[in-house]
Amino acid sequence: MELKTFKGGLHPPDNKAWSEKKAIEVCPLAEGDELVILLSQHIGAPAEACVKKGDFVKKGQVIATPKGFVSVPIHASTSGEVISVEPRLGTAGTKVPAVVIKADGQDTWDENLSGADPDTLTAQEIKDRIRDAGIVGMGGATFPTHVKLSPPEDKKIDHLILNGVECEPYLTADHRLMLEDPDNIIGGILILKKVLGVEKAIIGIEANKPDAIELMTKACAGRGIEVGALKVQYPQGAEKQLIYALTGREVPSGGLPMDCGCVVQNVGTAAAVNDAVRRGIPLIERIATVSGSAVNEPKNLRIKIGQPLGKLVEFCGGAKGELGKIIQGGPMMGMAAVSLDVPATRGTSGVLLFSEGQVLKEPEGPCVRCGNCVRACPAFILPTEIAFKTKKGMIDEAEKLNAMDCIECGSCTYICPARIPLIQYLRQAKGAIIAKRRKV
Amino acid sequence: MIGAVLSLGGIGFLAAVILGVAAKKFAVEVDPKEEAILNALPGANCGACGYPGCSGYAKAVASGQVDPSLCTPGGKAVVEKIAEIMGVEAVVAEPMVAVVCCQGDNQKAKDKYKYIGVQDCVTAQMLAGGPKDCPGGCLGLGTCVVACPFGAIEITSQGLAVIDREKCTGCKKCVSACPRKVIKMTPKSASVHVLCNSHDKGPQVKGYCQIGCIGCQLCKRAAEEVYAVENFLAAVKYDTYDAEKARAGMEKCPTKCIRDFADGYPEGSTFKP
Amino acid sequence: MDKTLYISSSPHVHEGGTTAKAMRDVIYALLPCVALWIYSFGIIKPSVVMALCIIGCMASEAAWEKVRGLPITIGDGSAAMTGILLALNMPPNSPWWMALLGGVAAIVIGKQVFGGLGYNPFNPALIGRTVLLISFPVQMTTWMMPRTHEITSATPLSDVKIAVGLTGNIPDEIKAQLGSVLFGGFGGQLGVVSGFALIAGGCYLIYRKVITWHIPVSFIGSAFVLSAIFWAVNSSKYPSPVFHLFTGGLMLGAFFMATDWVTTPITPKGMLIFGAGCGILTILIRLFGGYPEGVAFSILLMNSATPIIDRLTMPKKFGLVTQKG
Repeated sequence: MELKTFKGGLHPPDNKAWSEKKAIEVCPLAEGDELVILLSQHIGAPAEACVKKGDFVKKGQVIATPKGFVSVPIHASTSGEVISVEPRLGTAGTKVPAVVIKADGQDTWDENLSGADPDTLTAQEIKDRIRDAGIVGMGGATFPTHVKLSPPEDKKIDHLILNGVECEPYLTADHRLMLEDPDNIIGGILILKKVLGVEKAIIGIEANKPDAIELMTKACAGRGIEVGALKVQYPQGAEKQLIYALTGREVPSGGLPMDCGCVVQNVGTAAAVNDAVRRGIPLIERIATVSGSAVNEPKNLRIKIGQPLGKLVEFCGGAKGELGKIIQGGPMMGMAAVSLDVPATRGTSGVLLFSEGQVLKEPEGPCVRCGNCVRACPAFILPTEIAFKTKKGMIDEAEKLNAMDCIECGSCTYICPARIPLIQYLRQAKGAIIAKRRKV
Repeated sequence: MIGAVLSLGGIGFLAAVILGVAAKKFAVEVDPKEEAILNALPGANCGACGYPGCSGYAKAVASGQVDPSLCTPGGKAVVEKIAEIMGVEAVVAEPMVAVVCCQGDNQKAKDKYKYIGVQDCVTAQMLAGGPKDCPGGCLGLGTCVVACPFGAIEITSQGLAVIDREKCTGCKKCVSACPRKVIKMTPKSASVHVLCNSHDKGPQVKGYCQIGCIGCQLCKRAAEEVYAVENFLAAVKYDTYDAEKARAGMEKCPTKCIRDFADGYPEGSTFKP
Repeated sequence: MDKTLYISSSPHVHEGGTTAKAMRDVIYALLPCVALWIYSFGIIKPSVVMALCIIGCMASEAAWEKVRGLPITIGDGSAAMTGILLALNMPPNSPWWMALLGGVAAIVIGKQVFGGLGYNPFNPALIGRTVLLISFPVQMTTWMMPRTHEITSATPLSDVKIAVGLTGNIPDEIKAQLGSVLFGGFGGQLGVVSGFALIAGGCYLIYRKVITWHIPVSFIGSAFVLSAIFWAVNSSKYPSPVFHLFTGGLMLGAFFMATDWVTTPITPKGMLIFGAGCGILTILIRLFGGYPEGVAFSILLMNSATPIIDRLTMPKKFGLVTQKG
């Protein structure tokens, strides 16, 4: 079978062997443990706390309500007492509003939660349930799912694409989910198909997960869902590249997947949708991979939103050797964390611990114009030229060179022999261009 | 031979005629005042006046709609000259200079992480809010140095931005370039300043910086007219500034976050008072 | 958690390559050819030329950076590489001062005045060679016979050039020799053996992903096609394409000089255009120009066109394709 792919990109060593054979384990939560639940775990307006210090909350209860359409509610991940509503250290390394819950160890469910048969619900009712459950994109981007499911009238959607690519090295959470809970994913896909009213659904899976491809193909048979095997190439899981690989369509520059008739959802999101609609369970847990050279026992965990990263690492035998860097998400696009006190969020697809020796410390050298970045760029722009213009403060020039089309996949920086942090310059350029456009 | 001379001469003559006609026909009318003002301006194109470059400002002033005293880099001499050209009274504003309100260099202030990447404060600020633990402290990566059109800013050997009070013209380029808003405009005549930008409470400040303002109010108690403390951060009241009283308050400061620039610039700086 | 951690922008992993590693790879790739060159021309003299070229390059780079207060970058191997390439472009019997001077000219005029590595518009080694060629035309065209080490001013290319210039044809006695040219019977000429050493080195670089196939293929391909056309039209006046490929500096140019990162286009399409331009110009200069050899000039000319080639071949960004369906 010929494997589908996109143009550009590269193939970093995937290091998935450390955790891909490990079954998902539940990361335990003991009585008295603190959960720090951030109020902004999604793209869009932060939610507003609706509980106060001293309140007792049950598992699944709403503790913060959404503000605006592009926003979702936040739920308590366990039962316990709210011990404070205050700014805490967040994913980005700065203090952000959070609700802190002290677990009572009982894990009592909120009895108001109930599931429903999606066949009896209208598309709008399903979308409401998805929103009320706080479902966001589980791949790490955390964009509210109900917004993605509500394309404007004039956009005709004919493809639902499921992202089971997991092209980030180290991460195996989606892989394990597909192996261990395919029915949950398929249930979610069927619900999403109904909401969007599409006939065609394709799950894209990279060829380095042959067991998942086989299992999903078997499980999907006769249910109107295809499985597309993809070449192992980074960033195969980037929305635009995935759509191109599976359908041959290009999302117009500056546009969204819906502009070419596609909606992309992560397989983890599909599973969460199924839980939310059929069982009434809000998004309070997720699967995350804990891995890296400085962790004793890499594992795949089912974690509670709000558990500090330190707890997850502790359950994996703790850190070993000299810890140099903590990464939330994958090594290509993940964000480095300031400390292990940072809580897990709905976007925590992985926690990677890198040893001191693995930290890239080479200083930036002059560009030698080797062209590696140009060949690796999946957006077909010239990263080094844009970086050069940005360095010189020539933002208009950078804009003309299509800086805004950068998807920040990091391929250019990964391959640059001069060790130029190209992606940082591109982000700088994009920031400056957005600021400039706002001014005009 | 003659043919060559004639043809070349002819081409030359023709070109000269065309150029002459074009110069007359398409001449751009320039207000003589505008030109005179442009010549009087320093030509740094710094933008301190709020116009795109000196020519933009010259045009605006020549139209008579705009105050002739907006060129801070030029100072008194330029303002007087422009006022003379425009035939108005010169109103010279108090000259202002920028001050980096932070002394937390890499010896005295703690970093919350080790930063690797582009040496630019704005970019570093995008990563976990910048390496310095203090939310207001100078990051020392030199974005202001690049922004300064007059070469008045340096990064000291200990990683702190310092502005030369003599070279600074008060154009405010650095103020808008700094992502942490640690650079503030102060009257040039005042030499005593509170060099801290953290509104955190005392114990917190002590946790990350040896030389930050802890909001203890001692300076205020020593010189009520000169110091105010708001939100755990002391500030000099420049309207009622008095050098002697300012020094009295400065001497009381337990963390030495108040500095008289007449005594010298922060440690590691090559600037001399 | 008292330890201060590192934070940098993503990606947090790297392919592992550095500029210095790539330069070292180029030097490794040149080694077989260097060994062959030194051996064929009598070991001592060429070794001295090679050593002095490298010393000239490295010393002048270090000195320049020292004077300007810049970090010393001779450790990255780029100056050494320039020295080796320069030596391979010189007669092996060059006087010692010329080798030294060439090295200094290559680094100072060719590279450092523009701001050092990454900013030079022209290939430094070729700048060095061209400075020498213009300044010392006699010494730069006094070649040596391989193996016998006789001094001669004739190279196969100059023989052809002079003969065609005098008679309009390649005389039969030269033509008869042309067959043996590939085996290195002429002045300054190592023949096919060194050609294969260079091809092997080039393949090593492609395998190591230091260079891509684009420039060598389009350079050699276009030179082959153009010379084949002339040869087909009039084989008594124009030498065969195989002769062109394996004489002079074509192979060295195609694999090692025209693939210099800094001075060539960064887009794949641009690289193809660059290579084709080099190949065509080389053949045109050899057949119709004033000099018998045109590789150096053609590469330098194309170097100057690099910025405009880059601009014209800017890839079409993702998402501009018209939608199907």
